Amino acid sequence: MNPIVKILLFMFSCVLTNNYIFSRFLGCCPFLGVSNKVETAFGMGLAVTFVMALASLFTYFVYYYVLVPLNLAYLNTICFILVIASLVQVVEMFLKKSAPSLYSALGIYLPLITTNCAVLGVTILNITEGYDLLYSVLNGTFGALGFLVAIVLMAGVRERLETAKIAAPLKGFPISLVIAGLMSIAFLGFSNMFAGVA
Amino acid sequence: MAQYLPIIYAIAALGGLGILFGIVLGFADKKFAVEVDDRVSAVRAAVSGANCGACGYTGCDAYAEAVVHGDAKANACIPGGAKTVKAIDAIMGLHAQALEPMVARVRCQGTCERVTARYDYSGVPSCRAVSGISGGPNACEFGCVGYGECLSVCAFGAISMVDGIAMIDDDACTGCGMCVGVCPRNIIQMLPRDQTVVVMCRNEAIGRIARLQCKTACIGCKRCEKECSTESIKVVNGVAVIDENTCTRCGACIPVCPMDCIINFYERNLQDEATATA
Repeated sequence: MNPIVKILLFMFSCVLTNNYIFSRFLGCCPFLGVSNKVETAFGMGLAVTFVMALASLFTYFVYYYVLVPLNLAYLNTICFILVIASLVQVVEMFLKKSAPSLYSALGIYLPLITTNCAVLGVTILNITEGYDLLYSVLNGTFGALGFLVAIVLMAGVRERLETAKIAAPLKGFPISLVIAGLMSIAFLGFSNMFAGVA
Repeated sequence: MAQYLPIIYAIAALGGLGILFGIVLGFADKKFAVEVDDRVSAVRAAVSGANCGACGYTGCDAYAEAVVHGDAKANACIPGGAKTVKAIDAIMGLHAQALEPMVARVRCQGTCERVTARYDYSGVPSCRAVSGISGGPNACEFGCVGYGECLSVCAFGAISMVDGIAMIDDDACTGCGMCVGVCPRNIIQMLPRDQTVVVMCRNEAIGRIARLQCKTACIGCKRCEKECSTESIKVVNGVAVIDENTCTRCGACIPVCPMDCIINFYERNLQDEATATA
């Protein structure tokens, strides 16, 4: 197959079929926590995208050029967390300086990207799936874009929920979980989309 | 030695990565340093620090920031009182007026022996829960139910439960008003500290029934209304209400009340002090 087509298919599969939230159930904490407003959800999505893309890049070098030569592959989890935590710190400082309103809107969820299972999940999947550098970064970037799509969609729905009439027992968190489940089912529709071609 | 090599490698690799990231972060911290307005921390130090939310902001930090940005008035910190207003004025160069000092008043005297019990309650010890069950445990549907919802939100330890009703310690009360919102019976009211004469009942039932419900209920007899020289006390919905703007605090309504439900807090506090020292 044409390598460019292959890469394109890989990108789409990262965003749609292997969506980190709806197919792998990773990163549900910020997905539910910061999806109150489209604007902040978008900011969160961008922050996660940045961290995931760079984390994929850095962990690739750390794993293949530091850990593997030294026979320390078993240390990958702790090393990756170190990389991710440092990246999140940089993002936090950057946002505090350049986008204070986004910084205060993200609140506790920004430092929580550190322990976001989606970010760690991407870096570890890159290793277990044996992706090379290009595919690792693509997986990180487009996996995070899938996260961005999911959280922005969720925020759009939840913004409308603000004014909707909801039965008292379902108000707030329960209805959000119901919606997340329904969206997950909807994304199931993509599951075999690239099965024949990729 | 050779068998320890993997351990040394592991320590060196993790430690090296840690130090490397630490250095990068150190540089980033310098590069992205945000200058914080000194006045914010100064105002933050001047306010009460109780995080009570009485100012309308999410906490003392948010309030301090709002003051410095000019979004909030300097006199919004109720627990801090006049002292804080002065301190903020000094920092910000404002000339704000201090708020009238307020105090919470529990407008009920229905202690266990005065109010008629309706049923024994042994459920969740919460005022909201019990007042939802067929009008509450007491015959009086307006008074304190005594499970201390207000006590749990008071950040200053100014509320205690005595004989089944909430008592406010005037000295400890800062007037933040947190207790007002949580009372399901709405009997706690913020009043100016110098409004010493208070009608201690909210029972709106007609006189005969109110009398059956509680030994200190306002029966709406209007004797206080007739006695008042400035027409500041009126019976509204079967219960006496004082207009604190026109009330002279003369206390003429107190002796004529047949149910003893108007009290003078100035005298009561003096009495309390006398009994405490005796």
